[in-house]
Amino acid sequence: MAGVRAAGVFSRFANSKYSLLSGHASRSLSVSSSVAARTHVSYELKDDVAVIRLNDPTSKVNTLSVQMQAELTEVMGEVWSNGAVKSAVFISTKPGCFIAGADINMIQACKSSEEVTSLSREGQKMFEKIEKSPIPIVAAINGSCLGGGLEFAIACQYRVATKSRKTILGTPEVMLGLLPGAGGTQRLPKMVGLPGAFDMMLTGRNIRADKAKKMGLVHQLVDPLGPGLKPAEERTIEYLEEVAVGVAKGIANKKVSLTKEKGFMQKLQDTVMGLGPVRKQIYKTVSDKVQKQTKGLYPAPVKIIESIQAGVEQGGEAGYVAEATNFGKLAMTSESRALIGLYQGQVICKKNHYGTPEKEVKKLAILGAGLMGAGIAQVSVDKGLTTILKDTAVDGISRGEQQVYKGLNDKVKKKALTSFARDTILSNLSAQLDYSSFKSADMVIEAVFEDINIKHKVLKEVEAVIPPHCIFASNTSALPIKDIAAASKRPEKVIGMHYFSPVDKMQLLEIITTDKTSKDTTASAVSVGLKQGKIIIVVGDGPGFYTTRCLAPMLAEAVRVLQEGVGPKRLDALTTSFGFPVGAATLADEVGIDVAAHVAEDLGKAFGSRFGGGNVDVLKTMVEKGFKGRKSGKGCYIYGKGKKDKSVNPDAEEILKKYKLAAHPAISTDSDIQYRLVSRFVNEAVLCLQENILRNPVEGDIGAVFGLGFPPCLGGPFRFVDSFGAERLVGIMKRFEDIYGNQFTPCQLLLDHAKNPSKKFHK
Amino acid sequence: KEKMLVNSLPLLIFSLSSFQTKSKKTLARPNVKNIVLVEGVRTPFLLSGTTYSDLMPHDLARAALQGLLHRTAIPKDVVDYIIYGTVIQEVKTSNVAREAALGAGFSDKIPSHTVTMACISSNQAMTSAVGLIAAGQCDAVVAGGVEFMSDVPIRHSRKMRKTMLSLNKAKTLGQRLSLLGSIRLAHLSPELPAVAEFSTSETMGHSADRLAAAFGVSRVEQDEFALRSHSLAKKAQDAGLLQDVISFKVPGRDIVSQDNGIRPSSMEQMAKLKPAFIKPHGTVTAANSSFLTDGASAVLIMSEEKALAMGYKPKAYLRDFVYVSQDPKDQLLLGPTYGTPKVLERAGLTMSDIDVFEFHEAFAGQIMANLKAMDSDWFAQTYMGRKSKVGTPPMDKFNLWGGSLSLGHPFGATGCRLVTTVAHRLQKEGGQYGLVAACAAGGQVSDTHSPQMVFQQS
Repeated sequence: MAGVRAAGVFSRFANSKYSLLSGHASRSLSVSSSVAARTHVSYELKDDVAVIRLNDPTSKVNTLSVQMQAELTEVMGEVWSNGAVKSAVFISTKPGCFIAGADINMIQACKSSEEVTSLSREGQKMFEKIEKSPIPIVAAINGSCLGGGLEFAIACQYRVATKSRKTILGTPEVMLGLLPGAGGTQRLPKMVGLPGAFDMMLTGRNIRADKAKKMGLVHQLVDPLGPGLKPAEERTIEYLEEVAVGVAKGIANKKVSLTKEKGFMQKLQDTVMGLGPVRKQIYKTVSDKVQKQTKGLYPAPVKIIESIQAGVEQGGEAGYVAEATNFGKLAMTSESRALIGLYQGQVICKKNHYGTPEKEVKKLAILGAGLMGAGIAQVSVDKGLTTILKDTAVDGISRGEQQVYKGLNDKVKKKALTSFARDTILSNLSAQLDYSSFKSADMVIEAVFEDINIKHKVLKEVEAVIPPHCIFASNTSALPIKDIAAASKRPEKVIGMHYFSPVDKMQLLEIITTDKTSKDTTASAVSVGLKQGKIIIVVGDGPGFYTTRCLAPMLAEAVRVLQEGVGPKRLDALTTSFGFPVGAATLADEVGIDVAAHVAEDLGKAFGSRFGGGNVDVLKTMVEKGFKGRKSGKGCYIYGKGKKDKSVNPDAEEILKKYKLAAHPAISTDSDIQYRLVSRFVNEAVLCLQENILRNPVEGDIGAVFGLGFPPCLGGPFRFVDSFGAERLVGIMKRFEDIYGNQFTPCQLLLDHAKNPSKKFHK
Repeated sequence: KEKMLVNSLPLLIFSLSSFQTKSKKTLARPNVKNIVLVEGVRTPFLLSGTTYSDLMPHDLARAALQGLLHRTAIPKDVVDYIIYGTVIQEVKTSNVAREAALGAGFSDKIPSHTVTMACISSNQAMTSAVGLIAAGQCDAVVAGGVEFMSDVPIRHSRKMRKTMLSLNKAKTLGQRLSLLGSIRLAHLSPELPAVAEFSTSETMGHSADRLAAAFGVSRVEQDEFALRSHSLAKKAQDAGLLQDVISFKVPGRDIVSQDNGIRPSSMEQMAKLKPAFIKPHGTVTAANSSFLTDGASAVLIMSEEKALAMGYKPKAYLRDFVYVSQDPKDQLLLGPTYGTPKVLERAGLTMSDIDVFEFHEAFAGQIMANLKAMDSDWFAQTYMGRKSKVGTPPMDKFNLWGGSLSLGHPFGATGCRLVTTVAHRLQKEGGQYGLVAACAAGGQVSDTHSPQMVFQQS
């Protein structure tokens, strides 16, 4: 559905290089590492400095796996017992990765929270030894240094990091419903201060090296090098090692000081933080904020605050115990499983399962320079795709070009991009009114008005000018692709690419294939989507495909709920408190009431009374009066510039009154309303799997969460069925079915799962 | 990956005319005019903020032009065209070539223009002159370069400029007062000329330090090379070899007749300096970098026919040149490595044919990095598409009279100094071919192109 805003903490997820995942590395715990040759950790002496190099040969990234930890312990033992060693350097020889985190499988393999707690205790002990090392240890960081990797680095006495874009530090555990369980909650507050530590651990955001230096997370920066007598990356790591060895020697012979002279502001902050009441106020403020944002649906942030507080207020040991205990508890929560499932699903959906396309798409043409078209252009030009943005009016391309420029310029303002890079990127964009140079396009994506006749018209125009290999993709949100392809001379080259608005923020891309779409066309579309940084699900063709089809019944139910006298604000509160990042009424405004009306009508025709509920005329009347949602300034709410609190549109309430329905008291409690909305969504998702629109539950969950804002804490509709229980859900639906009929009839697959509780969508 | 190309490297091939004894081939080409260097001069190069500090850029350029007139005794109306190179422009004299030419007493009928191309600006002036002669437009062109770092244009902030420009247009007192009232403290912070590459925001010194690190050039290697440059410059100065330097009576000051930046030091003293750009582990210091310099240079370039007709004995033949460009981020200072083989191939020469090398020394680390790149098969294969390494110039032919590190580096003027030095060294050392290389940046203040020129005896 065009226009779903499911931002929030979760949207950063897919960008993070957080690789707790290393399932491919199978390790045997029983092999004694002193017998087996070391494969992950090696070290050599450079004068009196032990240079310890990390590299997991079985994976693209280093993780703190069982093997890695065992070898590290062994090597450190050797280093510490060698009297000739005066200092040590930890460095990864893996390009772009220091240590990307703990091994998630280690946690998943645990059956009880006690087991996880003891894992955490072991990690804490290992890092404590490093912290209390008799010789100074320097962490030389290049690439991702996340989670357990960061906890490892901050246990060292000194940190040197490369200023590379790939070098990111952070504690993303919260995004997996966990907390930094190897001393992170205890060391970070001391290192970056209480507010900084809260910010890092509660948001899980990635911190670039230069910012890390400012925060006091690293001591020294090293510039990445260009080509020399070796490949740039290799030489950069070597250079980092040279600098780190120099620093290590310096610390050992007291030429480099470990204590940094504190500035006035730092001293002031320390003094203020030294006051008990001030800290208390901070805990309270942070807890309130967390409560407000998570609606109490996510336990991890609360446990993080608890663990930090325990350490700061009751001292080290209590803090470490709290951290380990809470870590154990969190690992057993359904929220953590849901989030880890999403993380793993998202990794799967960032791969091309259709092979390498025969011809790489280098030149992309986009028809329609509206929000969508320009959004697609924006995420294409900065990936090096030569992009044509075509519209029929000068005003259109002017607006579209401005949108692309603004998107890039905002990055310049945030210093994520130089103005020079912005200009170079923009040189990939050509905005035009005609079809000139379409003859060299490799792919055309149409984002024109949702009308099958217009789609056919542009398809024919385009096919007259493009080369034979060029792919035609439609960014429709509901029209079946095979209907569009009916006008094509080459239906094997026609595919659906359903982006979500705003394109630069929404990570999902739903690709729709028809029976005739060739595998190579699919491979190309996936390849372009991946280049654009999207998480991709590939679904079968049909009215509304997967995402729109799931959303439509929920919106129909939302309209009914509104008609029954539940105001937009209460409807929003009910949906957000269930875990949706955006309330249902706001969502309708964001999507556009006109689009919602269009979809409701189209899909209503296709699926009949099952898609009924609210009266479509409510939406139509609103559109007639000009209440098209946020874009027109009025929808369920009134939108004004600079207004933070949106107010309910009284005229819309009037319309609702006109179409008022009597609520059935038996199924109108807050909880009933929530389940009426969610069960229709979930049932439709399961039906999509049953009808092979979806290929698997993983893509179903990913599509619902990343495209429609299905509650991340539930992990998606399929994981929700698994954890909530199909039987229980069917029971609730039957109650609704008795009153509203087939709109709540559970589909066969759901019934199968209800009958047999051992059936699960996710293993 | 596509690379942005901003660097360029001109290569000029000169043949020396004064020695007729060697039997090496001439580089003259059929149907191409022979173009010759008649004379080259320069003002003494001074550390900025010293004796020249009260002048303006065109004063220095004027001194160089007058010196050239004096040396060559060429009638002022014989010159067809005058071209000057400069990097940091004084806005009052944006076409510094014209102001200097008029001030030096050249005929006001001679057109003049100014070019800019970072550290190879005067190379660009010279090759433009070659182009004009080759195209039959001119027979005698004066080319030169000037840089004046004692004074640089420091501007009001953009906000302030905007306010002041609006003030010009304000019609009523009320409008003016309201504009004046809008001025805040932030308006008053000045804007210094960019010290960084526009495209990458990286300063040249920083780039040089990274380049040195990329090629594993040690601090000691850099200090040794800088010391060599200063020692050789001192020797050349003492021996009176720097004949291109003219004396200049600075108004209100003494006559200046020597470069003042040549300071041979000791390795121990140099080792004491802290890194200037990358702290604390960098290797580029004030002692192994070229310093901010004031100075101007000028050369007279003519068609051989005209020069001989006027009774001149050309110092060198200018045969060919090549400009190359690379990625401004990581290969900013590697121009000489890329350009040298290209110009040699164009001229049908090999490295061993060259008797005199003059490379621009922006930073000792940059020179050493280029030498290492030229000596690397891997670099040649990976980045240059060559089968094998370029090869390094032998040090006993390399910058024997000092270089930019010791003599100074007035950005816009260095190119002409390099060319004139090659001509003079060929004469003095009896060589036949000389090669000049320089690297230039796209940035304003610092510059590190290397122009390369080959001189040939005919």
